Amino acid sequence: MSTSAGAVKAAPWLDATARPYVTVERVSKSFGEFKAVDDVSLKIYKGEIFCLLGASGCGKTTLLRMLGGFETPSSGRIFIDGEDMTGVPPYERPVNMMFQSYALFPHMSVEQNVAFGLKQDRVPKAEIAERVATMLDLVKLGSFAKRKPHQLSGGQKQRVALARSLVKRPKLLLLDEPLGALDKKLREHTQFELISLQDKLGVTFVVVTHDQEEAMTLASRIGVMNHGEIVQAGTPSEIYEFPSSKFVADFVGSVNIFEGKLIEDEPEHVRIASDELGGIIYVSHGISAPPEAIVWAAVRPEKIFMSTAQPGSADNTVRGAVQDIAYLGDLSIYLVKLPTGKVVRVTQPNTSRHAEAITWDQQVYLSWDPSSPVVVTR
Amino acid sequence: MQRLGISGRGLVVALPYIWLLLFFVVPFVIVLKISFSDIDLAIPPYKPLIEWIGKNSLAIKVDFNNYAFLFTDSLYINALVNSIKVAFISTLLCLLIGYPMAYGIARSTATTRNLLLLLVILPFWTSLLLRVYAWIGLLKANGVINNILIWLGVINEPLTMLYTPFAMYVGIVYSYLPFMILPLYANLEKMDWQLLEAAEDLGCRPTQAFYKITLPLSRNGILAGSMLVFIPAVGEFVIPALLGGPNALMIGRVLWDEFFSNRAWPVASAVAILLLIILVPFMMWYQSVQARETAGAR
Repeated sequence: MSTSAGAVKAAPWLDATARPYVTVERVSKSFGEFKAVDDVSLKIYKGEIFCLLGASGCGKTTLLRMLGGFETPSSGRIFIDGEDMTGVPPYERPVNMMFQSYALFPHMSVEQNVAFGLKQDRVPKAEIAERVATMLDLVKLGSFAKRKPHQLSGGQKQRVALARSLVKRPKLLLLDEPLGALDKKLREHTQFELISLQDKLGVTFVVVTHDQEEAMTLASRIGVMNHGEIVQAGTPSEIYEFPSSKFVADFVGSVNIFEGKLIEDEPEHVRIASDELGGIIYVSHGISAPPEAIVWAAVRPEKIFMSTAQPGSADNTVRGAVQDIAYLGDLSIYLVKLPTGKVVRVTQPNTSRHAEAITWDQQVYLSWDPSSPVVVTR
Repeated sequence: MQRLGISGRGLVVALPYIWLLLFFVVPFVIVLKISFSDIDLAIPPYKPLIEWIGKNSLAIKVDFNNYAFLFTDSLYINALVNSIKVAFISTLLCLLIGYPMAYGIARSTATTRNLLLLLVILPFWTSLLLRVYAWIGLLKANGVINNILIWLGVINEPLTMLYTPFAMYVGIVYSYLPFMILPLYANLEKMDWQLLEAAEDLGCRPTQAFYKITLPLSRNGILAGSMLVFIPAVGEFVIPALLGGPNALMIGRVLWDEFFSNRAWPVASAVAILLLIILVPFMMWYQSVQARETAGAR
C-alpha cells in the first residue's frame, strides 16, 4: 500500500508504463435522444482521489453509475483492475458506492446497516462484529451502533454511509456528492477526514461533485465535465492555473476573460490587442495559434494588482473606476469598471487592519505580471 | 349560539361525536339490548327488557340464553370458524395477487401509473351486486368460460364452477382485491428505490434485495391491506350467498337467516355482537398499524 501511495505522489498519470486501475475506454451513454456521456476516456490510478467536477446534468453521475454497474454504457468499455466490467452486475463488482441520499436502510440499526454487506458475503459472525466495530470507531460512531438512521443527524448519516461502503474493503469507492447535504463548516471538516481515511485505507476514490472547492481540496486529479464530455483532466493546480478552455477557466474559480486579436506571435512572448480591455496584453510565453486569430486571455482576480499610483509598464495596465466593493474579512473583492465598459474583478488580501482605503468611484490602475494571463483559443 | 353557551369550535368538535352517537352508539345499544331479550311472536319479535309489573315495580329481565344457545348449537361456531377460514384464505390470495400488481404500479412511469390505478378503481363505478351477477354469467354451466373452453376443445363437458367454494373465492378475491392493492401501492409508492441499488451494491442479487429490503419496508402496507380485506370478508354475506351455493356456511348468512327467515331477532343480535367482539381486536390492531404508518410517513 505504501508503494502505491508513494506512486500517487510521483504522479502515475505522467508515467507511461504505470498500469491504470480503472480504464474508461470511449464510453458513451444515451437516454433516448439525450447523450448523457459522450465518448469519455479516462485512466484512474491506484490510490487516487479522482474528482468528476461539473454542473448538474453534465453527465458526471451517469459516468459514476456506469462504474458502479447501475447503468450500462451504450458503447465503450470499462475495465477495473484489468477486468472488463461489461455485463458484470453491481453485486459482483469489486466496487462500493456511497449514494448522494446515503440510502441507509431505515429498518436497520447503524450496526446492521454496516454489517449488511458482510452478511451478504457470508463472513463469519465474529469477524463481522469485529470489522463493524472497527469501522464504526474509525468514523467515530461507536456509541451510535444501536440507533436507527432516523435518529441520526445529517453528518452522522453521512458517516454511516461511508462506513457501510468501506467495510467490505472495496478496491474502488464511488462517492456521489458525498458532502452535498452537509452544512459548510461540517463539510470542510469532513473533507479532511475523508482524505485521511482514504490515505489510511489505501482505497481508490472516484468522487462526483459540483462544488469546485470540494474538488480542489479532495482531489489528486480533477476531470472537468461539460455536456457529457471530459473537457480537461489534471491536478487541481493544473486545472486552476492552466485551464485549457474558457469553460474550464470560468467554471473553476473566478476569472476575467478578455477577448482579443493576436498581433504579435513570437516563441517567447505574444501580444494581444483587446478592445474589451482597451489596451495590449503582453504574455511572456508563446502559444500555438495562427496569427491574427481571435483568442481569449484569462486573468485570475487575485493575480491583478490594484494601485492608485501609475505602475511603470504600459502593457498589461489599465485604468478604471471602483464600482463596487465586497468586504469578506480575509479578503476584499473589487469590481472595477474600465472605460470600455468591461467590469474587472480584483481580489486583494486584507493584510493590514488599517489598509489604505480604496473607496467607491475612485480611479485606480490595474496591472498584472506578463506570466499571469492564460491564453485559450476556445 | 353564544347565548346557548356553544362556541363554534365546540360545535365543530361535537359534530363527529353526534354523528357517531346517532348512527353507531344508539344502534349498537339497540342491538345489544335485543340480544339480551326473549323471543316473542309480536311486532317487533322480542319482549322488552324493562317492564312495569304491578303498581310500583319495574322488572328488568336479562336473558343470556341467546348467547348460551350460540355455543350449544354447533352451527354457529362452525359458521364462525368457516367464515374466518374463508376470510383468511381470501386475504392470502388477495395478497399474493395484489402485491405484484401494487409493486408493478408503484414502479411504472407517472402516466402509466395513473392509468393502472384508474383500472384498479374502475370496478367501483358499478354496483357490487351487478359485478357478482356478472360472475354468475361467466361461471355457470353454459356460461362464457365453459362455452369458450368447449369451443376450444379443452373440455367436452361443462365444468361445475358456480355454487362451489371456487366460485365463492373468485368472487371474494375479485371484489376485495382493490382494498389490498391500494394500501400496498400507497406504501410502495413512498419506497426509496435507491435502497435497492444500495443493497445490490453491497452484494445482494435483486431477489435477495426484495426479501431483505422491499418486503420488510412494506410490512405496514401488507398489514393494512390484509386487515381491509380480512375484516369485511369475515362478515361477507352477498358473495357466498350468490356464488357459494347452499353449503357455504358463513356467519353473515347465518345472521341473515336468523333475522329474516326465522325472525329470531335476539339470536341474530347475539351473533352480531359475537362477531363484533371477535373482530374488534383486529380493527384495533389495524388502527395501530395505520397510526405507525402515518408516523413513519414524515
